[in-house]
Amino acid sequence: MSLIYPTKSLENFPKHLTPGYKSTVKRSPTKPLMIIPHTLSELTGPIYGHNAVQEGDNDLTKQHKGEPLGERIIVHGQVLDEDRRPVKNALVELWQANACGRYVHNVDQHPAPLDPNFTGAGRTVTDDNGAYKFITVKPGAYPWGNHPNAWRPNHIHFSVFGHSFVSRLVTQMYFPGDYLFPFDPIFNSVTDEKARNRMVASFDLENTVPDWALAFKFDIVLRGREATPLDNDDHH
Amino acid sequence: MSEITPSQTVGPFFAYGLTPVGRCDWDPNGTYSWKNSVESNLVTPDVSGTRIRIEGTVFDGDNKPINDCMIEIWQADAQGRYASPGDNRSLPNTQFKGFGRSATDKAGIFAFDTIKPGAVPGPGGKPQAPHIVVAIFSRGMLRQVYTRLYFSDEAANAADPVLGLVPADRRGTLIAHKEGGEPPLYRFNVHMQGDNETVFFEI
Ligand SMILES: [Fe+2]
Repeated sequence: MSLIYPTKSLENFPKHLTPGYKSTVKRSPTKPLMIIPHTLSELTGPIYGHNAVQEGDNDLTKQHKGEPLGERIIVHGQVLDEDRRPVKNALVELWQANACGRYVHNVDQHPAPLDPNFTGAGRTVTDDNGAYKFITVKPGAYPWGNHPNAWRPNHIHFSVFGHSFVSRLVTQMYFPGDYLFPFDPIFNSVTDEKARNRMVASFDLENTVPDWALAFKFDIVLRGREATPLDNDDHH
Repeated sequence: MSEITPSQTVGPFFAYGLTPVGRCDWDPNGTYSWKNSVESNLVTPDVSGTRIRIEGTVFDGDNKPINDCMIEIWQADAQGRYASPGDNRSLPNTQFKGFGRSATDKAGIFAFDTIKPGAVPGPGGKPQAPHIVVAIFSRGMLRQVYTRLYFSDEAANAADPVLGLVPADRRGTLIAHKEGGEPPLYRFNVHMQGDNETVFFEI
């Protein structure tokens, strides 16, 4: 499949320099990014078959002796391109804090307990419909040093591969109705409200498993559109 | 109207999920209880070509090494073919994937073991000099930045169509310098800001 990747789509992304998120100040390019033609190097990308993941890698509640504490949840959705066609065989990786808002990462030393039964990392590969599914626990909010009394809304980090290296996406999935949204400079780095809300999963009663787990649906739309003669003319 | 999902920062704590084993020495025991999906060593037993090592540091605007950075590379094989459906010349039976991932360590250093890519077709059939596409993710980066790595010992750089678009005084930021050794080491430092700010691409 040969796709085009309009750079206009990137207007939905945060600006590299977003001073409200302080770490961007010394880590964002100061010179304008150079626009170059998309060559074979940009239009191709890595492929990961089902050997990249093992059975059970998508269940974060079964990686240790016991079950982790917290609200068990199902997080699922579809990986799509901008024409809403499924992206199959896409590697989807996620990592998150535990139910108390603590990461396993040893730089995270904030005074919330680790859970010996929870690492917080998972991965899977999308099926022929671009669908993926994880079983995990709802991550807690956690404080960070960006500004006084700064707290991140509950979120799960996602890493996704699409058809090409330019459709590579790292993002965060948020939960509906979070009271911390108005105060979070990372969430609000996406300035367009509609685009911002595409990072918020929807509560999915239909896929909730009675007496066992709530479900959230999070579709991920990656760069890439079907090439049409008109688009090709635009592009070259 | 694009329905694209916006990018968000990889944050400071990705290592146990994305680079749990290997160069990441954040964990006191060296690794987390999880496995890599992508390695920093791209060399497969069946791959042909010149083995090389790439090492570098990513510097922030204060010229300090960034020690919570993730670098991904995407490259062709020694014959200039990508292991991707987007390249119909790719050999279906080779194990070489051309894709690697490395975290920076506490000193801010990333490293890859790979093979030197061949020349790749460019716009209008004009060949591109051997190069590697580089994506950089970090706390403080709300989306990845892309750059390219070229090799200091390639005469083909002079005619490369992408390098040719870069102002001459900034081209050097895209060149990895050969330092010798066996396999040869190419050093590729990235400067987010400053006088030597690396050329980043909007692609
Ligand atoms: Fe986080």
